[in-house]
Amino acid sequence: MSDSAEAPATSATARPWGGRRQLLLNVVAICGGIALWGAAVSFRRVGLPSPEQVAARAIELIRSGQLFADLLASLGRVLAGFALGVTLAIPVGFLMGWYPIARGLIEPFVQFFRMIPPLAVIPLAIVTMGIGETPKVFVIFLAVFLSSVIATFQGVIGVDKTLINAARVLGAKDATIFRRVIIPASTPFILVGMRIGLGSAWATVVAAELIAAQSGLGFRMQQAELYYDLATIFVSLITIGILGLAMDRLLLALETRLTQWQERM
Amino acid sequence: MSAKISFRNVSRQFAHHDGASFLALDRLSVDVLEGEFVTLVGPSGCGKSTALNIAAGLIEPTGGEMIVNGRAVRGPGPERGVIFQQYALFPWLTVRQNVEFGLRIGGKKASERRAIAQRFIDLVGLADFADSLPKVLSGGMKQRCAIARAYAVDPTILLMDEPFGALDALTRVQMQDQLLDTWSRERRTVMFVTHDVDEAVYLANRVIVMAARPGRLYEIIPVDLPYPRTEAIRLSGAFAEIRNRVWRAVYHQSARPPDSAAQDNEREIR
Repeated sequence: MSDSAEAPATSATARPWGGRRQLLLNVVAICGGIALWGAAVSFRRVGLPSPEQVAARAIELIRSGQLFADLLASLGRVLAGFALGVTLAIPVGFLMGWYPIARGLIEPFVQFFRMIPPLAVIPLAIVTMGIGETPKVFVIFLAVFLSSVIATFQGVIGVDKTLINAARVLGAKDATIFRRVIIPASTPFILVGMRIGLGSAWATVVAAELIAAQSGLGFRMQQAELYYDLATIFVSLITIGILGLAMDRLLLALETRLTQWQERM
Repeated sequence: MSAKISFRNVSRQFAHHDGASFLALDRLSVDVLEGEFVTLVGPSGCGKSTALNIAAGLIEPTGGEMIVNGRAVRGPGPERGVIFQQYALFPWLTVRQNVEFGLRIGGKKASERRAIAQRFIDLVGLADFADSLPKVLSGGMKQRCAIARAYAVDPTILLMDEPFGALDALTRVQMQDQLLDTWSRERRTVMFVTHDVDEAVYLANRVIVMAARPGRLYEIIPVDLPYPRTEAIRLSGAFAEIRNRVWRAVYHQSARPPDSAAQDNEREIR
């Protein structure tokens, strides 16, 4: 297996690449990994495609426009599910953190559904929602919503009480405290929840496409499997990894920008 | 002169999780006069912070009456500025934005806010850090920023809860001098909670000594030393004498508090 195929799983916890030296080491490691992969294939004659074969197939798929079409299909589902999940999770998380009644009513459902892997919902989603885009987006939405709602809720209840008191003694009423204290103070938590949500969205879309789809990177891999087309599977895996990593970096950059006020250890 | 802050038999009971309750403050009666600087000192558990938070309106008394400016306290109000031990600066706002926070809530115009904030930032000596985030400030600077923020909304009363408790001894002395300097220029009624006997005597017109279990008034000790307080005063025999008296009241409390004596004292001074 190549390094890059594993990237999405580790990227959520990866630290930002700091310094030129660090970057150089990263490049060396990636090149080394590819070389090792090439060596393993040529020496042991394992039934895996070589880096050259995979690169050739990648160029082929890019030229034909198929890779881009697959990528767009998968990305569209992820972004739709992610946007819906985050949009609903943030207000619900705030509601749960701010009003004990809302927490009491919502928390059992959130905690219960959190224990069910989103993928396990796919059969139900397909039966009830058909085989179109809806069930796939729904499953991604569920994955993102559940991870983001918990993070937002934790952020709100974790806000330093002294800060709330400081605002109160300066004359702030509930609405102002919410807008000027609770929201900024819980932003770091929400962003962490969004990153985790994006990770699980990406994992979920591919799996959903493996099971039931007519397009997307997961569907392409499933087709390639039928024809023992390992090179295409590799290209798909690497694309998934790179794309997941890119989106995670984007969110990380946003997080660093929005939370630069935090005292870091 | 009239009483600015009046504790009238103020009690506060806290309920424990196991259903038992504990009396944090037992029938405290104290008057703080306008423009006066009083310090509250006593062993831990004597209810000094509870008393301050009740005056601030952050905790409700379970008995008695809390009167500020002749009216019963109903929650916090901008006429009472509060300084917390943990600074409680909003970490996502710059020094200037922190100082402007209360002014913004008060509905002041941007230009007016800026002018007022600048004045108090200058007053506490943070002009060079006006646009810095709190994370780059030292503990002493953070507390100065918090003091500027409290002053900016023009409270007539300042309630300070061990504000210098987290600072090193040297910074603490500097902060005490600066606070008195600020107080002499921008006169407010101050209630200052501390566990440091020297600090209590150095700052105050009167030291209110409290006793623990249950938290209650033990003795009120007047500090007949002139302002401005200087190093010469800090090292004087007169200071040492009062300090020793407060020390004995804090660390060698008799079983029966000289409550009556305290009341007499209070009448005597004012």
